[in-house]
Formats: sequence, C-alpha cells, structure tokens
Amino acid sequence: MREIDVKQVSDAISRLYIDANHHLGEDVTTCLRDCANREKTTLAKDVFETIEKNIGIAGEGVFPLCQDTGMACVFMEIGQDVHFTGGDLTDAVNEGVRRGCLEGFLRQTIVRDPFDRVNTGDSTPADINMTVVPGDRVKITVAPKGFGSENMSRIKMLPPAAGVKGAEDFIVETCSLAGGNPCPPIIVGVGIGGSFTSAPLMARKALLRPVGSRNASEFYREMEIRLLERINGLGIGPQGFGGETTALAVNVIAAPTHIAGMPVAVNINCHVSRHKEVIL
Amino acid sequence: MQHIITQPYTREKLAALKTGDRVLLSGTIYAARDTAHRRLVELIEEGRELPFELKGAIVYYMGPTPAKPGYPSGSAGPTTSYRMDSFTPALLDKGLIGMIGKGPRGREVVEAAMAHGAVYFAAIGGAAALIAGSIKSSEVVAFAELGTEAVRRIEVENMPLVVALDSSGRDIYEIRPGLSQNR
Repeated sequence: MREIDVKQVSDAISRLYIDANHHLGEDVTTCLRDCANREKTTLAKDVFETIEKNIGIAGEGVFPLCQDTGMACVFMEIGQDVHFTGGDLTDAVNEGVRRGCLEGFLRQTIVRDPFDRVNTGDSTPADINMTVVPGDRVKITVAPKGFGSENMSRIKMLPPAAGVKGAEDFIVETCSLAGGNPCPPIIVGVGIGGSFTSAPLMARKALLRPVGSRNASEFYREMEIRLLERINGLGIGPQGFGGETTALAVNVIAAPTHIAGMPVAVNINCHVSRHKEVIL
Repeated sequence: MQHIITQPYTREKLAALKTGDRVLLSGTIYAARDTAHRRLVELIEEGRELPFELKGAIVYYMGPTPAKPGYPSGSAGPTTSYRMDSFTPALLDKGLIGMIGKGPRGREVVEAAMAHGAVYFAAIGGAAALIAGSIKSSEVVAFAELGTEAVRRIEVENMPLVVALDSSGRDIYEIRPGLSQNR
C-alpha cells in the first residue's frame, strides 16, 4: 500500500490546468503546420497563420490560448494499491481546479445550475472521471474543454443493422451539421459500442489520443482514415471559411456492446485541443 | 482585400466591405454574450434605458479571461454566435450596425442584418491571446454581477476580422471563399 497525500493531487491539477491553457501538445502544432501547407487560398492560409501566432503568444505565459479556458475535465487512473490521505479526494481535485482558475487568471466558466446560471466563481466543480487500475501509481490528466465544440457533439443509438456505413454516415453528418461553429479545424473523438453511459466517455477519451497516432486495430485504423478523408471532403475548412482542412484527426475507440445495439458518440474538439498529464 | 474601419461606424463604410475581405477595426466595441443579450432584450421589451447606445454600435460576442495586473484585458476571442441569434433582430431594430463572433447565423439574423445594412464579422475562434493584443482598454458598463458575461466597453486598435456576412447578405459559411475553385 502506497500513501499519497491529496494535497499532491491538488497541486498537480492546479499546475496542469494552467499549463494546458498555455501550451498545446506538439502533436497538434505539428499537424497544424502540415495542414497549413495543404491549403490553397490566402484566406485559409491566413487562418492557420493566425492560429500559429496565437500559440506563440499564449506560450509566453500571460494570455491563455483561448478565452474559454474550459470545463476542467479531470481523468484519474488510480492504482488499486494507493491509499489517499489528508482529506477527501474529490474535494482535493476541485481545490486544484479552483486554485488553477484563480492563480492562473483562467476564466470563471462554470454556473451552479443550468437554469439560474449563477457563476461558481472558480470554475468548480470539475468534470471528474476516476478508474481503478493495477499498481500503486496515479495518472492524472487535465483536459480543459471548450463548449463551442462541446455543443456540437452528438450521440445516436444505432441498430446493429446500420453497420459500418450507418456509423460513418452519422459521424460525418455530425461534423457537417457542426459546420463553422466549433472552431475548425476540429479533432473528432468517436466512441462506438458500449452503452449510453460509456460511448460518450470513450469519445471523450479518444480526444486524449495524440493527433497523428494510429488505432492499434487495422479495422479501426482504416475507418479513421476514411472518416478523416470524408470530413475534410466537406470543404468546411478552417473556421468554416472553406478550405482543405476541416479536421486534424479522427480518433476512434470501440468497445463491446449489447446484441441489440450500436451506440455511436461523437465528441468534437476545437483546434485548441488541450490536455496535460502527470504520473504520481 | 484588406480594409481599415474606424469610428464612426456608418452604413456607407460598411457597404464597401465584401464577404471574405479582411478588416482591421479600431474604435469602441461592446462585449456582450448569452445572458447579457437576454437582459438587453428584456430592457428593450420593457421600454427601459439601455446601458449603452445601440445606434451605430458594434457588439462583440465575447467573455474574456480576467486581466492580469498591468494588462488591459485577458484573452478575448469570439464565442459561437448562433446562441445570440434569437436576440439579434431586436438589437438591429435599435440601430446595432455590426456584430463580431464566429460561426454561421440563422436566417432571421441574415435577413434582419440585410434589412438594416448591418455587417457580421468573424474573429478567429481560438486566437484569443492574439486578439487580446488589439485591446487597449476594457471597462465593465453593465451587469457586473455576471462576471465574464458582463457588458464591457472595449477600445480596440487594428483588431483583425474577416467579413462573414456583408450588407448584401453574402454568407461566408455558404459560399466558402477559402475553398479553392480548382478542387
């Protein structure tokens, strides 16, 4: 049994929340540069140039990449041999988000109720997902999620007969309906299978996979390539102004499902695809 | 084509802009997003005084991050515009002449904007740190209790924009000028 003080969790989350809002992963920045070169018009190239300049400014540490510093989505993979001490773990996660928000001058982005819409003042509570894994370590990922793209996400409970075509058509349709709203170029996270609970979570986790990485399964790898081609074929382009690049990547996660169903969830992320992780 | 637009914002100046053109905007704009729009329209419906003059005004759909000490503003990129669509015709009726946001607008906005000779500009979504550099001052003028959603009077200098909907109603999200014709 390994003991971890929850204060370490708060400290890590606070740091990751701020860091993610200033520094994009190299997977995204490299892909953005490659895609910029493929654009054919000045208007589309200009968008990429603006995005690249923005990344440079945000990296200096004063201004966050986006004013929507996001709902703090926190993923924790907790080793089953870990014992947390010093307080309530969920409180510690929220304390990390609170401090990250206030000390990092991040935007206060959460309201306490969907209808009265009173701001909580510190971007808490976090959207927390915890899983238990073997071992005595804790992996923490903080993925601030903007809602311009979140609002464009969808789930459909398809029948098995819909097949590959039905699933792919729904995914492409979702990107088409999103159009210029979610700040394209987008990253498309897809969860197929599981249930009404797990499919959207798989789609969310698919967004954490590096842009440009390949699915381990040949079947899904080919599906990802087909989907990316079809989505870029829509011509929506950067910011929806038209162009070659509508999506940077399509990442699919599939899981066992019920004999009667085939849930398909699509979680859309903007080009400011933020996530930082640490292992305690 | 690139234009420089300065105050006063007039229909004549805006009429020269074509969808897809780039614009550097300098002058006063007002930041207002979801809840502020609902409240502004409630004030209009009740016939009460508005916190700022809508006639000839440009509204920016934006809620910034807090400004760090010594800086006039935090990050300040556009939010998605369609959420303001249902409120927009009432503001255009009161003289609103320009809107800044991102993403396509509904039919009711396109038609009302055309009828009033108003223009909708797109700022680059996710370029909030860069846009912050155009902001010279920012001051809350209404609904302070809304925090980031409060109405702000903002002075901008050379704010980079793209014309998304010109006064003749050409919609960038329909015509997609960034797409090569030889595709």
